[in-house]
Amino acid sequence: MSNLLAARELMAFTLAFHIVLASLGVALPAMILTANWLGLKRGDGDAMRLARRWSKAMAVTFAVGAVTGTVLSFEFGLLWPRFMERFGDAFGIAFAIEGIFFFTEAIFLAIYIYGWKRLGGWAHFWSGVPMVITGVGGAFSVVTANSWMNTPQGFTLDGAGKVVETEPLKVLFNPAWVYEVPHMILAAYMVVGFLVASIYAVGMLRGRRDRLHRLGLLIPLTVACIATPIQLFVGDTAAREVADHQPAKFAGMECIQESGPEQTEYVGGICTSDGVKASIPIPDLDSYLVGFSKDTEVTGLDEIPADERPPANTLLHLAFDAMVGIGSALLLLGLWLAWSWWRRREIPRTRWFLRAVAVSGVGAILALWCGWIVTEVGRQPWIVQGYMRTSEAVTGAQGIWFAFAGVLLLYAGLGAGAVLVLRAMSRRWRAEGDEEAGEGEVPYGPSEAVSG
Amino acid sequence: MSRADVAAAILWTGATLYALFGGADFGGGFWDLLAGFDDETGARPRERIQRSLTPVWEANHVWLIFILVVLWTAFPEAFGAIMSTLYVPIALAALGIVLRGAGFAFRKSVQRLSYRRAMGAAFALSSVLTPFFMGTVVGAIAAGNVPAAGEGDAFASWLQPLPMLTGALFVLAGAYLAAVFLVSDSERAGDREMESWFAARALAAGVAAGAVALLGLIALHGEARYVYDRLIVEGLPLVILSILCGFGVLALLLARRRRGLRPLAAGAVVAVIWGWGVAQFPYLLPTSLRIDQAAAPGPTLDSVLIVFGAAVVVVIPALALLYWLSQRELLGD
Repeated sequence: MSNLLAARELMAFTLAFHIVLASLGVALPAMILTANWLGLKRGDGDAMRLARRWSKAMAVTFAVGAVTGTVLSFEFGLLWPRFMERFGDAFGIAFAIEGIFFFTEAIFLAIYIYGWKRLGGWAHFWSGVPMVITGVGGAFSVVTANSWMNTPQGFTLDGAGKVVETEPLKVLFNPAWVYEVPHMILAAYMVVGFLVASIYAVGMLRGRRDRLHRLGLLIPLTVACIATPIQLFVGDTAAREVADHQPAKFAGMECIQESGPEQTEYVGGICTSDGVKASIPIPDLDSYLVGFSKDTEVTGLDEIPADERPPANTLLHLAFDAMVGIGSALLLLGLWLAWSWWRRREIPRTRWFLRAVAVSGVGAILALWCGWIVTEVGRQPWIVQGYMRTSEAVTGAQGIWFAFAGVLLLYAGLGAGAVLVLRAMSRRWRAEGDEEAGEGEVPYGPSEAVSG
Repeated sequence: MSRADVAAAILWTGATLYALFGGADFGGGFWDLLAGFDDETGARPRERIQRSLTPVWEANHVWLIFILVVLWTAFPEAFGAIMSTLYVPIALAALGIVLRGAGFAFRKSVQRLSYRRAMGAAFALSSVLTPFFMGTVVGAIAAGNVPAAGEGDAFASWLQPLPMLTGALFVLAGAYLAAVFLVSDSERAGDREMESWFAARALAAGVAAGAVALLGLIALHGEARYVYDRLIVEGLPLVILSILCGFGVLALLLARRRRGLRPLAAGAVVAVIWGWGVAQFPYLLPTSLRIDQAAAPGPTLDSVLIVFGAAVVVVIPALALLYWLSQRELLGD
């Protein structure tokens, strides 16, 4: 048991660390290329400078993301050898495709990042476009592998439980991919958009109100604010589908103890078998949300066998509420920006807006983590829903807690290193100002783009 | 050839490309480590190494992901057995990968000398440890220490002469490839001094790798009899090819000729990898798990073939573009 818990905690921690970097790999290229396009099209030196700086930052985050991603692929085998052994031939297919996307992204990322000096302007821009496509393709592959764990199909088992036949297309296009994949891609765009914008919001709060900061705030914030309402729609659909596909997960998320119609929606609170304590109850709303009528029957935990109920019900419920709450707050932030832009073609003047943007990045990351807690903890005790328990999948190797402690230290160093390096880069850029050392002789770049 | 054999050949192709590109990449770190503790003398080779590695190091390592993915998809049983037995060296290799990637990425971006040194040390040291542990994994597999059911002895499986020698061979082969590639890079950059600096090291690494390979053959005779017996019969042409290529490189280096250096050095390494494959055949884990026993169902193998086809069509031209741009010095900070 302890070994299982250690393996789950280690996997959760390394995934949580990686998902932030993976989001940057998925969505940052689009922001960079937007700035690059503005720079080339309008001869905008500030936009060009932003594109260049963001791509240098991405060189660091992508490198860290590549190693933490490699660690995860080792962990599949090191922590869950029984799972991989039994289901690798189905689960692995999506990862084989992901390999191609990741490979292509890494190649074009290298060409783009290291091509600023000597490639021509538009040739350089186009060398970056494959990153956007492969980022989205890679996200599809990885998330569809996860959605297969939630709604497994496309394989036949023999009497011993071994996979004897597979249908790769059914594996890839399992029922849950339709909502899980867009949910994650939009989440990546939101996380990166709000995160990058929040960095510039902090700069503006510190009095750096130049055009560069304004643009650095607006480009990513616009992308994120467009993604947010779409995300709320996708997320709402996803919740309904989960209620259908994984009733145990849904009952856990919403703290539904007994099956039946007229289910109360509980906002916050602590889940107990006698009902939800310390929450704000909204009568009948949960049934409305699931089936657009208060008569909609919703499955409760009482219908789920005790050994198939998700653990840590309160954690699950609060994570779900936190995700939805943060998402709604970010929607309001987007509406605030939209209103101000519609009225005066300007970001809201109050410092409170900048303060809100400054915390939006961290908020979006928290929402992302909460979403994955719902997905993963909500599927427990299964690793492959209905087919294999996580306890059957785990390694027999001992000492996972020690490995966990070591990984915590290592990743703390990795995270601190990445932040220090990025901050040092940003300080250097500020000190250098327009001159950006070593970039004076750039054949195309801020100076030429402005004059041309 | 069955579909399973084709999938195994794809696995070996991935391993070959990883050995060539990833191996040379590790080798770059090896020479960085040995470039001298004095910052002055070490600066020039380190700069040359950094310049050659920077645009390509990330792509070089994706072949490892490719190998892992093909292994767990096409041969899930073998993957589970290897991971549940050799988790100690594999976890250490993973640790090395983290330190190496982070060290390399951070080193360029930090300014203070003491930080640079610490990052450089992390990069260089893990460049040696990572391939060493990967080599012990391969040696343990060849020695038949990974049972098909998995959960073999966590330490006795790889703390043996053959896995240790294979680890050393991995480190030296990478160092050898890197030195040869850097000779050519220095020559193209017109840097005569670095050209002969790396040529001397290519020679030394080549001789050392050859010596370790010979010792490995003796250990193979003792610890992996099945593999040894097939290597000296079915694998003999490849062994001879590797030896010829190796001597060819030595001759070219001594004659200060640069043409054909890189293909011959690569040939020496490629022949060893395929010799190992031929010697293990038809086993994935000698002698407990055959390729056909470990293979995934047909449609999964077909997907792996399709993905490999996509890699050939998409990834190889993209990689060629990257290396071409990099070799023409069109990429850089």
